[in-house]
Amino acid sequence: MTQLALVIDLNVCVGCHACVTSCKEWNTSGEAGFMSDDNPYDRDPTGTFFNRVQTFEVGEFPNTQTVHFPKSCLHCEDPPCVPVCPTGASYKRPEDGIVLVDYDKCIGCKYCSWACPYGARELDEHQKVMKKCTLCVDRIYDTRLPESERKPACVLACPTSARLYGDIHDEESIVSKAIRESAGYALMPEWGTQPANHYLPRRKTEMRIHEDELERADNPLKIDGRLPKPGAKAPSLDDVTSW
Amino acid sequence: MNPALSVIFLTTLLGAGQGLFLALFVIEVRVATDLLPAPSAGFYPLGSAIAVALLAAGLLASFFHLGHPERAWRSAAMWRTSWLSREVIVLPAFMAVVAAYGWAHWQGWSGTLLIGMVGAAVCLALFLCTAMIYACIKFLQEWATPLTLVNFVLLGCASGVMLAAALAALRGEPNAGVVGSWAVVLTVAGMVSRMASLWRNARLKPRSNLQTAIGIKHPRIVQKAQGFMGGSFNTREFFHGRAPGTLRNVKWLFIAGAFVVPVLLVQTGLATGSPVLLVLAFTVQFGGLVAERWYFFAQANHPQNLYYQAVS
Repeated sequence: MTQLALVIDLNVCVGCHACVTSCKEWNTSGEAGFMSDDNPYDRDPTGTFFNRVQTFEVGEFPNTQTVHFPKSCLHCEDPPCVPVCPTGASYKRPEDGIVLVDYDKCIGCKYCSWACPYGARELDEHQKVMKKCTLCVDRIYDTRLPESERKPACVLACPTSARLYGDIHDEESIVSKAIRESAGYALMPEWGTQPANHYLPRRKTEMRIHEDELERADNPLKIDGRLPKPGAKAPSLDDVTSW
Repeated sequence: MNPALSVIFLTTLLGAGQGLFLALFVIEVRVATDLLPAPSAGFYPLGSAIAVALLAAGLLASFFHLGHPERAWRSAAMWRTSWLSREVIVLPAFMAVVAAYGWAHWQGWSGTLLIGMVGAAVCLALFLCTAMIYACIKFLQEWATPLTLVNFVLLGCASGVMLAAALAALRGEPNAGVVGSWAVVLTVAGMVSRMASLWRNARLKPRSNLQTAIGIKHPRIVQKAQGFMGGSFNTREFFHGRAPGTLRNVKWLFIAGAFVVPVLLVQTGLATGSPVLLVLAFTVQFGGLVAERWYFFAQANHPQNLYYQAVS
């Protein structure tokens, strides 16, 4: 079983919104149709996005951390939004675990958005269908693209490589390793949705330098220093050698 | 949640239609067992017609909730998993049974009791479907309780039976007093269960918080930006946008309008033999139940709101 997912490293994300804009750019130009905007350059702009970057301040001044938090559909392994859909427009692909909406079947009843605790789904106000992150399903299998570009647009856009993409069911994949080795976690575990996307926590950045690297273990000076010091009455070189 | 008028009217109109049908059926059962005098000939067909009209009005209201009403037929597909899909199947079935029930009475066929029994079963199934649409979303903790089902059943029955009493009184039926007393009992029962759910919801401890939402275990987390300056679907759909005071006012309004005032009106109407007061009681109660349903939606606090607490 494959479960494609994103792993987002909160330790690295700088909150530049490049993933947001590249996501919108790619998906609004896709064959599934545009993602509508209203008043984009006016008062009260609004529009459909698959991905948002939010900012949280953790702690109390002066000991605060600014956490930039990208949020998109988590492609849950047990997605609560799918079984509630009355038409079957909302579905989870068995082959790769991506949760998708069939825009031709969606009746726009919004029930799936009520059933998503993460607010990952947005109704397109003009097409009147529910939209959400597709994990760039029209990109990742496109054999016309070079292999290195068969990744979601947000992953390619991230300047700090805070977004990793891969199969979390493959133990050797980059995402599984990241989750395993950097304490990756899921959002709102209390609802049992088992999100496929994981987040890597903030980590204290420490230089890992062994003492050996600061001071040579085989420092010849130190080796000499460790030799027993000859006593004052001990014979010196002069006593045993006649020139 | 942001209450949608379409869904408010869908659930309240369906409840009234279902309650009215159940009242007709129970009257017929009691008449058949000689516990009540028989109503006049046109009572059952007229009542059934009104019930079908209420159900149809509810169905019509539901279409206004859809982005693509022309595709509504598709929503019968996923009945294995979706309560909404089940409701979409059960509602027309119930309308058909109620229409058949009224038609059979109109034609004077025997076997109306049998149709009525089928109708009562389908009616309860419809209550179950409607209530479970809300009660099955476990993270909407205000809704995820058996009390939601109990409330939908009792409040629907109360308003439908109230309408049956008003109808019987208007037509001068001998049963108006008895049906009116049922309406009082159901209204009081509905008040008790709704108060129980208000009491429960006031003491709810949300299982999700900002810490679980972003997965950072720190007691003090403040949102500084939600990612955009304007609104979005997420900021419009999941919050009612009213002050807490408005919510409190609506609560007292529906407690008075759906329960206290109708009971007083019915009692006065029955005591003075005034059908107008009974009609007024139904109207006031229906208005109160609309307010109740608005409050039901507005009170539900969706965990996604945790992500949208500060614009920038």
